[in-house]
Amino acid sequence: MDNLIPVLVAVPLLGAALLLCGGRRLDRVGHLLGTFLAFASFGVGLALFFSMLGRSVDQRPIHDHLFTWIPVNGFQAEVGFQLDQLSMTFVLLITGVGSLIHLYSIGYMAHDEKRRRFFGYLNLFLAAMLLLVLADNYLLLYVGWEGVGLASYLLIGFWQHKPSAATAAKKAFLVNRVGDVGLSIAVMLMFTTFGTFAFTPVFADASKATQATQATLTGIGLMLLLAACGKSAQVPLQSWLGDAMEGPTPVSALIHAATMVTAGVYLITRSSAIFNQAPTAQLATVVVGAVTLLFGAIVGCAKDDIKKALAGSTMSQIGYMVLAAGLGPIGYVFAIMHLVTHGFFKAGLFLGAGSVMHGMNDEVDMRKYGGLAKYMKWTTVTFGLGYLAIIGVPPFSGFYTKDKIIEAAFGHGGTEGWILGTCAVIGAAVTAFYMTRVMLMTFFGEKRWADDADGHQPHPHESPKIMVIPMVLLAVGSVAGGFLFNWNDSFVRWLSPVTGVAEGNPPLNPTVIQILTGVVLVLGVAVAWMMYGRRPVPATPPLGSLLTRAARRDLLQDDFNHVVLVSGGSHLTRFLVYLEGKGLDGLVNGIAALVGGTSGRVRKIQNGYVRSYALSMFGGALVLAVTTLLMRAVA
Amino acid sequence: MNPVNYLYLAALLFTIGAVGVLVRRNAIVLFMCVELMLNACNLALVTFSRLHGNLDGQIIAFFTMVVAAAEVVVGLAIIVSVFRTRHSASVDDTNLMKL
Repeated sequence: MDNLIPVLVAVPLLGAALLLCGGRRLDRVGHLLGTFLAFASFGVGLALFFSMLGRSVDQRPIHDHLFTWIPVNGFQAEVGFQLDQLSMTFVLLITGVGSLIHLYSIGYMAHDEKRRRFFGYLNLFLAAMLLLVLADNYLLLYVGWEGVGLASYLLIGFWQHKPSAATAAKKAFLVNRVGDVGLSIAVMLMFTTFGTFAFTPVFADASKATQATQATLTGIGLMLLLAACGKSAQVPLQSWLGDAMEGPTPVSALIHAATMVTAGVYLITRSSAIFNQAPTAQLATVVVGAVTLLFGAIVGCAKDDIKKALAGSTMSQIGYMVLAAGLGPIGYVFAIMHLVTHGFFKAGLFLGAGSVMHGMNDEVDMRKYGGLAKYMKWTTVTFGLGYLAIIGVPPFSGFYTKDKIIEAAFGHGGTEGWILGTCAVIGAAVTAFYMTRVMLMTFFGEKRWADDADGHQPHPHESPKIMVIPMVLLAVGSVAGGFLFNWNDSFVRWLSPVTGVAEGNPPLNPTVIQILTGVVLVLGVAVAWMMYGRRPVPATPPLGSLLTRAARRDLLQDDFNHVVLVSGGSHLTRFLVYLEGKGLDGLVNGIAALVGGTSGRVRKIQNGYVRSYALSMFGGALVLAVTTLLMRAVA
Repeated sequence: MNPVNYLYLAALLFTIGAVGVLVRRNAIVLFMCVELMLNACNLALVTFSRLHGNLDGQIIAFFTMVVAAAEVVVGLAIIVSVFRTRHSASVDDTNLMKL
């Protein structure tokens, strides 16, 4: 049973190789093959899961060493897989949600001429993400990490004939590189400190840290956090996420739910032994999480593009997870729990958004939707269930998992606990507001449909069954997930052997926190209904307040990057070029000019006349003679 | 006769030779002036030999003569060769050795 782990990765990798190298003859069956292999990987994952459930708790993690990648004296890079409860959770999420997205893509990409390649990339994405979560050392994890970056680049820029998509892909790749640098530094630091980068020895050494290694651990933690910020689109490396919406909608669902953005949370949770020993890194993590959860929520409120509103929401929800992961043992389990339920409802929401776009001639502006509930019943219901889950209405899944994070934030204790808890509660209110806004503008109110660029009138219709089925399954997950996970604390008991668990000491009674969250939830929904449900939504966006306008421009994140990094960078390079031209080149050219000029002048002495050479000889001889005489006279 | 007078003569002859080398253009005359300078040196050497009362200077003078004879052979051959190709014995005409 244990040797099935490599199969998990190999199956989608085989799919990617076949589909990308197979050529045109696979065009007709490529999508079916890709989907089949994704489901096959899910099947293997389920088999491993049940086998794991059958073992006692301390027997559950299994390990499979494949081969030594780089056998050098003192540097052993191993390729080995480790499947514990944390990896298992991710494997099921990645392959399960990923397979449903594959299924949906069969319908969504039915008319795309590059469909075979699309499924090849999707399989590559799954394979890279599985490698990331199954690796038993940081170097192999890094391979998967880069693979995820590559696959996301290929998929975001899938419609590369659109300049915006090509740019978005490049942006995502570049911003991710910044995070990757963090991860590579962290891996190098680990190697120099512990002499290895395999999980087990690193964590064992980290947990008995001395004062000296404490500083190194803080450095490693901060670098890991930087890496997580890049992949999980956390402030300050969040700017790629909104633009990544240029990719096909199933890609957005995959990136936001099952793969990519969850990698950062995985990395922090996996490295819990390091973070537990580095309070500074933990503090940085909770700050990043709290800032991002508000940042993403505010951006989500102002966007009229349905996918970008959902992207802001992802950023915000991942912010919750990073916040929880930064809280230490009181939060790890809930970060992963929220990640899983978020995977369900966010995938469902994105697939719903794709279904809406499918019916509306690829229109993404919510101001040109309205009243779609009547025409797209399945989409409305599944999207609605996802909506109830994300805003945290009991008993939908978001209620259980998000409330746990809010409780954990308060449970952090002290002033910090109050600040973090308040941020999380405000985030919940804003979440309720923007998701209600999306819901109302898309499915309710009067029709504001507009003809598309070619003058086609939209004829909204329900999407084909192959798209509806994944949406229904995901909706079931978003309804039941939280309840199942919370039933008898099953998820906590499942995951705690890996991450550890601790009780927080919230200053408020958990019931009070739940009531508080419920009140702000109702408040958010009510405000949204006042603004977008009761009044007609104008088809052209009103000017809005200063904050709205800033939020429409992603809270000026691109402007900030442009001013500070782009123009700062180009100024720096221009200065360096100037310095190089004037300084180094000036020095070298000056010496050359000096030598050249001098030799030009000296050259004139060599005129070819014997007499003049003779004269110089006589002159020289005279000088020698006079000098000799003078020396004698002096001596 | 005071042997120092020979030194004056040697200096005079050397100067005449040197000036000749510098101001004349005909290669043959130039050559003769060089010989004059060499012989002025020889005269000075012999005189010093006489003054110091040993034979070193005279021996060196012999060497100088031998070297001068060899030099004349080579030099005259060059001059003849140059004259054949350039139809001139003027040293100013052989000024190709410049940049």
